[in-house]
Amino acid sequence: MAELGPVLEVFLGGLMSGVLYALVALGFVLIFKASGVFNFAQGAMVLFAALSLVRLSEWLPFGVAVLLTIAIMIALAWAVERLVLRPLVGQHGLILFMATIGVTFFLDGFGQTIWGSNVYQLDLGIPASPWFLFENLFPGGILVSPIDVFAAVIAGTLVVALSIFFHSTKIGRALRAVADDHQAAQSVGIPLNQIWLIVWSTAGIVALVAGMAWGTKLGVQFSLSLIALKALPVLILGGLTSIPGAIIGGLIIGAGEKLAEFYIGPLIGGGIEYWFAYVLALAVLLVRPQGLFGEKIIERV
Amino acid sequence: MNLLGRGALAPAVPVFRVFGAMNARAPSASLAPDVASRTALAVHNIEVVYDHVVLVLKGVSLEVPEGSIVTLLGANGAGKTTTLKAISNLLHAERGEVTKGSITFYGEEVHRLSPNELVRRGCIQVMEGRRCFAHLTVEENLLTGAFTRKDGRAAIQADLEMVYSYFPRLKERRRSLAGYTSGGEQQMCAIGRALMARPRLVLLDEPSMGLAPQLVEEIFEIVDQLNRNEKVTFLVAEQNTNVALRYARYGYILENGRVVLDGPAEALRDNEDVKEFYLGLSATGRKSFRDIKSYKRRKRWL
Repeated sequence: MAELGPVLEVFLGGLMSGVLYALVALGFVLIFKASGVFNFAQGAMVLFAALSLVRLSEWLPFGVAVLLTIAIMIALAWAVERLVLRPLVGQHGLILFMATIGVTFFLDGFGQTIWGSNVYQLDLGIPASPWFLFENLFPGGILVSPIDVFAAVIAGTLVVALSIFFHSTKIGRALRAVADDHQAAQSVGIPLNQIWLIVWSTAGIVALVAGMAWGTKLGVQFSLSLIALKALPVLILGGLTSIPGAIIGGLIIGAGEKLAEFYIGPLIGGGIEYWFAYVLALAVLLVRPQGLFGEKIIERV
Repeated sequence: MNLLGRGALAPAVPVFRVFGAMNARAPSASLAPDVASRTALAVHNIEVVYDHVVLVLKGVSLEVPEGSIVTLLGANGAGKTTTLKAISNLLHAERGEVTKGSITFYGEEVHRLSPNELVRRGCIQVMEGRRCFAHLTVEENLLTGAFTRKDGRAAIQADLEMVYSYFPRLKERRRSLAGYTSGGEQQMCAIGRALMARPRLVLLDEPSMGLAPQLVEEIFEIVDQLNRNEKVTFLVAEQNTNVALRYARYGYILENGRVVLDGPAEALRDNEDVKEFYLGLSATGRKSFRDIKSYKRRKRWL
């Protein structure tokens, strides 16, 4: 049995990175929940938001840059709604999915064209040096990155806020109604266009938060766009339609892959961290296709 | 979208003959028993095309006087649902378009409005097949109907109680997910949801679909009460001619995208052809299907 200290450290590190996956997954869930569209472009939106923020903050005070980036993400949501979703209303989900793949490549390219394609440092003023917790309990203590803690707090706040928004506001109820049945929602007077604008804007802001967290960790660069792929197993595990599911899925995936690497990795030569999550997701798909917290597939018999 | 194929395959010859004087007359409010009332809805000679090619409605005109119950009858694919969706502007999502004619709601041209604007003005559709939001509770379903309203929480709460008073069963099931309720409860939920918008006109599409005869009767009874007590005007598309003509004051019969016959409900009930083709009766009582050779083309429907 390994020392408890390192295990705990690996576990905590896993949970923290899980929160970061969850932040990306959250954006997917929002859009899928409210419009039934699997938005492949979420990763590209993370990149685009982070790039906008980092370049704007070069010549603007940070707070102003954040506000301006939020405005940009809302404008982007508006453009997507106008140019992509509205013409495709009533089309099959797969067609909308393909359209979001198009949006992904456009955003990746366009973002780097206007903002540049170098690796940019994003400094949120959070100390980079790790904290050591419980030094009196374990030799050397447990190493925790302040950035991860910051991300965890932000993610937690977002989840609580979004859950309240979805379940106890009129707009939130309308969003869930649209997710269930576009046409019926339209028939009772819920304006789809406005709803989509709200959802995509919210997803854009969530992307910005994810971009800030990931950008601080890795630097703002093209690879941010690829973290969307890491969010997929989180989605499958947590369920595509559940906001708390995204967070819990993220935690399980994050901790799971780190622990798997720690325990099983050495036995088979290491490197399983990169695919463990997908195997886990596959296993979940087999036994519980809607994910741990996804909406039940209601079938009347 | 299942209307597409049918429209394309429809025979060129109108199947239902035009019958005498009743039909030559244009539909007018004077025929309805509620004389001197305003016209809530007037549809004038509309054509609807799906996907830019399939002509589904070929000049449908109808009128709904305020405070009345008007029914739109016809077989599968006759164009009932399309007519209702053309009125409520839900066609766009199905790639349908009103290419000719006009639709006025209380005198105002409405066919360029968005569905939510129309709901705000008081015209709401209850779609065919209930279409409740399965993952919302019954009460949440009802509340979504109040989305366009701006008259405050208290008024909405009062209407919620009003809906529960007409549909006590919904009150019992208010906390359960609509997806798990029975077909009848879902139909009630869908009608209740529409009422929450405080509509002046409800377009009700096939409320009898898939329900037991007793429930159908119950639903129509409530529609009738809502019409009398809450002064809600109804335009009901139905295949169940028998029930529809008992509760409606006026009826239109659609076939292949055209109105082939219209008149007050009693007149339609007594019309020989309606009896024969839509009510399954004839002058000599119930007929054997073998004997009706002269109406070969109608066999499909009998």
